[in-house]
Amino acid sequence: MPTAIMRVFRGDAKGGGFQEYRVPAEEGMVVLDVIHEIQATQAPDLAVRWNCKAGKCGSCSAEVNGKPRLMCMTRMNIFPEGEPITVAPMRTFPLIRDLVTDVSFNFEMAKRVPAFRPRPRDPDGTYRMQQEDIDRPQEFHKCIECFLCQNVCHVIRDHEDNKRHFAGPRLFVRYAALEMHPLDTNDRRELLKEKMGLGFCNITKCCTEVCPEHIKITDNAIIPLKERVVDEYYDPVLWLVRKLTGRK
Amino acid sequence: MAETKYETHEYDVIVIGAGGAGLRAAIEASARGVKTALVCKSLLGKAHTVMAEGGIAAALGNVYPEDNWQVHFRDTLRGGKMLNNWRMAQLHAQEAPARVLELEEWGALFDRTQDGRILQRDFGGHRYARLAHVGDRTGLEMIRTLQQHAVHKGIDVFMECTIIRLLLDGGRIAGAFGYWRESGRFVTFKAKAVVLATGGIGKIWKFTSNSWEYTGDGVTMALDAGADLIDMECYQFHPTGMVWPPSVRGILVTEGVRGDGGTLKNSFGERFMFKYIPEFFRAETAETEEEADRWYTDKKNNRRTPDLLPRDEVARAINSEVKMVRGSPHGGVFLDIASRRDADYIKRRLPSMYHQFKELADVDITKEPMEVGPTAHYMNGGVRVDADTAATAVPGLFAAGEIAGGLHGANRLGGNSLSDLVVFGRRAGLYAAEYAQNLKGTLTVDAGWVEALAQEALEPFQRTGGENPYAIHRDLQETMQSLVGIIRTEGELKKALEELATLKERARRVRVDGNRQYNPSWHLTLDLHSLLTVSEVVTLAALERKESRGGHTRDDYPKPDPEWGRVNIAVRRRHGDITLTPDPLPEMPDELKKLLEER
Repeated sequence: MPTAIMRVFRGDAKGGGFQEYRVPAEEGMVVLDVIHEIQATQAPDLAVRWNCKAGKCGSCSAEVNGKPRLMCMTRMNIFPEGEPITVAPMRTFPLIRDLVTDVSFNFEMAKRVPAFRPRPRDPDGTYRMQQEDIDRPQEFHKCIECFLCQNVCHVIRDHEDNKRHFAGPRLFVRYAALEMHPLDTNDRRELLKEKMGLGFCNITKCCTEVCPEHIKITDNAIIPLKERVVDEYYDPVLWLVRKLTGRK
Repeated sequence: MAETKYETHEYDVIVIGAGGAGLRAAIEASARGVKTALVCKSLLGKAHTVMAEGGIAAALGNVYPEDNWQVHFRDTLRGGKMLNNWRMAQLHAQEAPARVLELEEWGALFDRTQDGRILQRDFGGHRYARLAHVGDRTGLEMIRTLQQHAVHKGIDVFMECTIIRLLLDGGRIAGAFGYWRESGRFVTFKAKAVVLATGGIGKIWKFTSNSWEYTGDGVTMALDAGADLIDMECYQFHPTGMVWPPSVRGILVTEGVRGDGGTLKNSFGERFMFKYIPEFFRAETAETEEEADRWYTDKKNNRRTPDLLPRDEVARAINSEVKMVRGSPHGGVFLDIASRRDADYIKRRLPSMYHQFKELADVDITKEPMEVGPTAHYMNGGVRVDADTAATAVPGLFAAGEIAGGLHGANRLGGNSLSDLVVFGRRAGLYAAEYAQNLKGTLTVDAGWVEALAQEALEPFQRTGGENPYAIHRDLQETMQSLVGIIRTEGELKKALEELATLKERARRVRVDGNRQYNPSWHLTLDLHSLLTVSEVVTLAALERKESRGGHTRDDYPKPDPEWGRVNIAVRRRHGDITLTPDPLPEMPDELKKLLEER
């Protein structure tokens, strides 16, 4: 049985470094299996988050050989045999311990999203929606909140200060899902422009690249949101109409 | 009131567990105007509900107008081999449609019919296409909708906070005690009422679809507090889990594959389910492949394919095929949708199955069959509750979702768990709030007891030498897998009890390395108590029920026995000891009995 050489980050907010572990690698193993094997046999207190082990819950995000990934969906056989594999915590969030980071930023930002506010039901008591009208928001609803897109976004990855006024790709996906929801009546454009830092995104598409759900974050969520904000606030014709009619 | 020295919070209602049931309970309690908190072991939105795939069962009648709550009620009881609590099954069937529409009103986007209504899909044991769904990620849609709704309602959430004991005052609920996973610090909740929504026990088996959270902690806390458990022997092994490669064995493959046209085959390419149609379901099941295939599009003139018999039947059939050496190369059978539906359809209807097999097993399910076999999945039984109020035998303690027993009887139908969560989550939140509002007098938390609990939890750090908690858990899973699996015998169950006694002894000697900060070996050490307790309860109940029914199959008593069909096995802890008694099922009213007789 081949041996996997793993360099796993161990440490907490005070500091730490990579430690090497050697683990027998069975067929079909993913990185998370190897981490569990290290826990069970060599480092019982190795801290790691995980739940479903099938790419559905988004708990086991980490940087594997420098690339943001879900450990449960990263097969060991994609790496060259015999070469060390590094596993590090997500860098954009404060470290708690080992591979576990404090991701509360994302939950705080979620609290600030203005709620879904549906229109009244149709006369027969139902909401009629055509499948083609919900295909796009359904794409956004696939988000498993692994926060890899937040982790890789350079607006906050290298600039801690920006976290105060930048929601990040995950939250833009959520805003887009609400804005494109056929039943929703809320308007979040001003908030996006003024408080959520939509303008900071310069569409480098790093978020789209790492999304394990293959959501086209930049093309389908962020750019259309930018267009909506532009239409609302920077359209010269609309500006003139407003000016003349006195409507806001 | 004597204060404990630990961080303390005071609420009217605390809800433990933040899956569908816990979220729905917290939303309801909060809406009733009581101070409510939600406490969960993982981050918000990661609970087991997120993994539910196929759909939520509700007789909306959007695809088949003939469908109604009466048919859903009947299907649920037949699927449960009539061991169900009739009143729970009635409330569930009646209220599920309103709960689904409520989810839609809160933002959920279910797949649509041609005329723009909620689409429904076929699933095992349901007479009509009944499951509202979103591709094969319905649970994600549901948990996210509830999560966001709860967040917008401003409910306090304590994430990564593990409750280890319910606190009582004179037999009534007074709060709960636990620790923050991040810091390892203890925390006390004073509360008038507690809703348990902690899910199941699947981590006692080796091959399981369940996550680390499913340690039976809620069930054990309820038992230790004085609540009754029922039907613990009737555990559900889902027929289709992945079997290869070894590291993914047990991961769920949705029943939706069969609902959407997939079929089970053995190594000879035979659709073997036709050989396993039980007498109980013969009249409603197709006898030929032609009839089964026609049924997908014409349900009026054809009977259901045996591939969609209830889960207990299918799991046993797969088990037999593998035993007779007609299985697939890695000890399962084949599940084939590739030869029956086109690639676009498969990718659209089953995107996460496509992704899961492609990424984890190098199998393209649009081109080749999957290999599948049974995997530990769902606790049909659980804490006994009052059907209308979700109250347990302990005043102030409520339970909803997988942890509660009764609704599903001896075997749950697919799709009935997501509806269970919202129907009874809502009821638990409602009646917990009402209980808290009406409670007279003051509650006291015994500071000395809390201190003793804290010291007990810290003891494993002080031991020198000793056992590794991971090794004990692994050995427990081996024992339960080989001796208390799908097919059981008296000899093996007795052997399991002996091995469990040894494991309990070993668990007392566990030593924890490192400190209290986010230390999974300490967390697992504390979980061993509940893992071992529920293992013993399942084994004892399995030994007691001398017949085969639903999720409980005895090789030495292979047939159902009408006498056993009239009782639930109730498990209680009295003065430290576990006791079992056969309790008669509640008597069903005649008008509901008539529904069961109709075809």
